[in-house]
Amino acid sequence: MNLLRALALLLILMISFGSVSAVPMPKLDIGLGGHCVENPGYMRQNHMHMLKHQRDETVRQGIRGGKFSLSECVNCHASKPDDNVLGGSAHFCQGCHEYAAVKIDCFECHSSKRKIIVGVGK
Amino acid sequence: MSDKVNLDRRQFLGTASAAIAGFAIAPGLFLYDFANARPTGGAASAGVRWGMLIDSTLCQSSCNDCVSACNKEHDLPAAKSPTDVQWIRKVELKQISTGRQISLPMMCLHCAEPPCVDVCPTQASFKRADGIVLVDKHRCIGCRYCMMACPYKARSFVHEAVLSHDGEMPRGQGTVESCTLCDHRVDRGEQPACVEACAKAGHSAMLFGDLNNPDSEIYRRVRSVASTQLRADLGLNPNISFVGL
Repeated sequence: MNLLRALALLLILMISFGSVSAVPMPKLDIGLGGHCVENPGYMRQNHMHMLKHQRDETVRQGIRGGKFSLSECVNCHASKPDDNVLGGSAHFCQGCHEYAAVKIDCFECHSSKRKIIVGVGK
Repeated sequence: MSDKVNLDRRQFLGTASAAIAGFAIAPGLFLYDFANARPTGGAASAGVRWGMLIDSTLCQSSCNDCVSACNKEHDLPAAKSPTDVQWIRKVELKQISTGRQISLPMMCLHCAEPPCVDVCPTQASFKRADGIVLVDKHRCIGCRYCMMACPYKARSFVHEAVLSHDGEMPRGQGTVESCTLCDHRVDRGEQPACVEACAKAGHSAMLFGDLNNPDSEIYRRVRSVASTQLRADLGLNPNISFVGL
């Protein structure tokens, strides 16, 4: 019985390691970098909720200049060679969403290009 | 409750800034933009009612500057076919019996009782607290009920994918859009792009301001000059009205 358990555990470990090695972590061009509005781990999990919350306040109530803004994401994280967050697997938004298999439609309406060319990361 | 507190604070700030501007220039002469700019982070105020008074006697039929300024501001392609997007258009009218001709710009009139808002099934079409009627494109499903409900034919549907995103307003395929009264500029304390272009062309046929503010030019003008609301019989009470129709 113990042997069976050990085999099952080994099998699970092999499968999980196998899946990790099959899809390598994306190597992203983080653009200007520097300090983000929150720490990276929090941003990875919650950026969509922050953006969604603020977009409703801006569109429907006219509250401008909030902390979490899509255009500020783009201004900081657009890749340096082409000032864009889309375009290839190394681009900040596209690269990570490809890895996570999430389709984003933000940029069907919003600009994916950096507006402030000479900017400093916040 | 919190809205009320914020409103009081904004009113205080507005009064204080107007007072400072008055002292800075001369008694009775106010820095318009400074007095009307909202503090960053504040919501649109229900005490404000943005509106426009369009004087058709000053509007020139040869001039198209308001339309081109709007197209430039929002990165709209010039309309070629009837299904193309138009946020503002020039209209030429002729009185058959007398031959009198007038020219005027037409756009969303930002009704106080907007029928587009009434019919919207997803609440994408809404009226902001300061009277600006907008489409929340995050919610719009492109059903186009609002386009049918609008008696002024002010709204357009984006039929094709938008490839250029250089305008101030995010735009995308499958949504309805119309004049936003340049809310992005108004929130910064500026005038809408069409109004600015009209003044720059030397016509000043479009007057923009707060219909609730006794210190504003538009407040005085609507009380001293005969103006007309289009299709006033519908009871929609548009914030944009016309002189010289």
